[in-house]
Amino acid sequence: MRFRLPLACLAGLTVMAAGCGSSSQPEASGKATISYAIWDKNDQASAEKIISAFQQANPDVTVKLEITPWDQYWTKLQTAASGGAAPDVFWMNSLNVRMYAKGGIITPIEESKAQGLPPAVVDGYRYDGKLYGLPHNVSIPALWYDKKLFDAAGVAYPTADWTWDDVKAAAKKLTDPSKKQFGILAHMWDQGAFYPTMLQAGGHVLSQDGKKSGFDDPASIQGLEYWTGMIKDKVGPVAEVYADTDPITLFQSGKYGMLYGGVWFAPTFWANPEIRERIDVAPLPAGPGKEAVILLGLANAVSAKSEHPKESAAFAEFVTSEQAQKILSDTGGGSLSLRDGTQEGWFKAFPSFHLKETYNASMPYGVPYPVSLNTAQWQDVQNKLLAEAWAGKRPVADVAKEIATQMNEILAKE
Amino acid sequence: MHSRREWAWGYLLIAPMALGLAVFYLWPIAQTLYLSMTESGVFGGYTWVGTANFADLFTDEEMYGALGNTLLYSVLVLAGVPLSIVVAALLNVPGLRGLSIYRTLYFLPVVTMPAAVGLTWSYLFNGDFGAINHVLGTVGIDGPYWLGDPDFAIYAIAVVGIWSSIGYNAVLFLAGLQGIPRHYYEAAEIDGAGRLRQFFRITLPLLTPTTFFVVVITMINALQVFDLVYLMIDLKSPALEGSRTIVYLFYETGFVQNQRGLAAAIAVILLVLILVLTAIQFRLQKKWVHYE
Repeated sequence: MRFRLPLACLAGLTVMAAGCGSSSQPEASGKATISYAIWDKNDQASAEKIISAFQQANPDVTVKLEITPWDQYWTKLQTAASGGAAPDVFWMNSLNVRMYAKGGIITPIEESKAQGLPPAVVDGYRYDGKLYGLPHNVSIPALWYDKKLFDAAGVAYPTADWTWDDVKAAAKKLTDPSKKQFGILAHMWDQGAFYPTMLQAGGHVLSQDGKKSGFDDPASIQGLEYWTGMIKDKVGPVAEVYADTDPITLFQSGKYGMLYGGVWFAPTFWANPEIRERIDVAPLPAGPGKEAVILLGLANAVSAKSEHPKESAAFAEFVTSEQAQKILSDTGGGSLSLRDGTQEGWFKAFPSFHLKETYNASMPYGVPYPVSLNTAQWQDVQNKLLAEAWAGKRPVADVAKEIATQMNEILAKE
Repeated sequence: MHSRREWAWGYLLIAPMALGLAVFYLWPIAQTLYLSMTESGVFGGYTWVGTANFADLFTDEEMYGALGNTLLYSVLVLAGVPLSIVVAALLNVPGLRGLSIYRTLYFLPVVTMPAAVGLTWSYLFNGDFGAINHVLGTVGIDGPYWLGDPDFAIYAIAVVGIWSSIGYNAVLFLAGLQGIPRHYYEAAEIDGAGRLRQFFRITLPLLTPTTFFVVVITMINALQVFDLVYLMIDLKSPALEGSRTIVYLFYETGFVQNQRGLAAAIAVILLVLILVLTAIQFRLQKKWVHYE
């Protein structure tokens, strides 16, 4: 089909003119179908729009979207990858990327493609000096609060200047045992809750070179005690509560003053008009050591065994392009786009929430999510042992030291 | 060569089953055995480590915890078997009205997806909003966080396990009950035995072959319990330690921590455990199972 070639070029030019800035248009070597695997149904609408924009620019390429729920995603992907049948392009997170890079499942991506993206997110996708995924969104932890409870207790709303002490003081005032009302939800959560507080106290989760655990650092322990302290002081409900009911659901019951959550909770909260009106969001409070917000972004990785490597790489790159990032934002789904200046649409989708202010205040303190080669292995140890501290069965310091010991053993084998 | 042809026919007839067994059971067992002696890469690639995985497991506290939880769960579910007998006996009362409705009701849990069962019961068990604690609350009892408390979780899960197995077992018992010839009861009635006496002296003994079958099957199923625990207990739950079963540990090791070899070793240990416990049951059956 000879006449398709000029058409594709023309379409490619249009995209470039539109500010995509892409220099690696796929060669029109006939029709190609590539598969794109993601796990979040909330992102289906935006993914479909992005795919159709890409196909418009590249008429010879068909992108097939596959959605596998999170619970089966990694198992399915690993099995497919082991058999050499991984999707051409697929969602990757920084927890798993090193494993896939080391296993030769995914192919390195040119460094230049990630230009203009925040290093705190991009760095999560480096292995052995090379980039293995192109991030396309960012998840920022933040402090959600219930305005109604704050008003009733006469406490001023959280601001960007809040510190741990402000949270503790507010939590105390917001707690009312007679109404089964608590100041804060102290659920055990790494990215948005205890990792940030470990860092904010001046500690660390993993050493710079990724070879040593930071859990036995006294400052890290202080960061963990921030949370167990809330439970001990009875301003947050006991650990068993979160095992029964998701903190997001609990928070919406209107009996909890504050929740360390993600900005990506916005669509969930916004969906309910009653909740929408009574809550708002602020940046994470600063700790005694410093300010720190753990940023995490999802990325698209390209299979090393893809039959259409060029098209696949071009698509992965397109998802991160300014054009696609705008589509992502404007769809107002679960994802906050990563490229600076493309987020307006998303902020506007939830006008009464102070998401923009939270974003602006958080990004300068962005820290990459701590990862090593097999992150899941030591995180499993961490979660199991911390559960004992959260339940009040063992002192935090003991547990933290044991995590460090076991984690160091695991890291040494990597 | 008449007999050889007969042999050939016999083999031909069992071939589909034998082939299925070989492909779907024997070969995977052999592979698992092999895998359990290796340290495996996430994407294939194995290094032979001999019995190191087993040595690791035998010194692992978590392994013993999981073993203990699994055995406790199995014992609890087995203790629920008499309930099935009672249900079956009640369903077998001659002239019972709406029999098929009762049978359907008791059998429903068996055909319900475990995911639905697990989720629904999680709601019932919920410490703050659950129906169970609400009912307890009306009589002044402050119910615990059933699924969040390591001391209660395994019992709560066992309740669900018993609940979902009653129907299946009752159908088996019902078949057994209906296989008992009526003349035993007629003779007993003439001798003046009451209903209760008939139950204990005729029904139960003649039901022992069915009971044996049910006990063996229930135990094997209980030892392999995973779905309920997986659905009701989160990996970060404080109750995990008190409710992690062998298969859950297998899942965690193999699919969360990506240690395939070690996970295979856990599977082998479970296989051996089931073999041994089943063998013991077959030995013991001579003492209590009466065949007519």
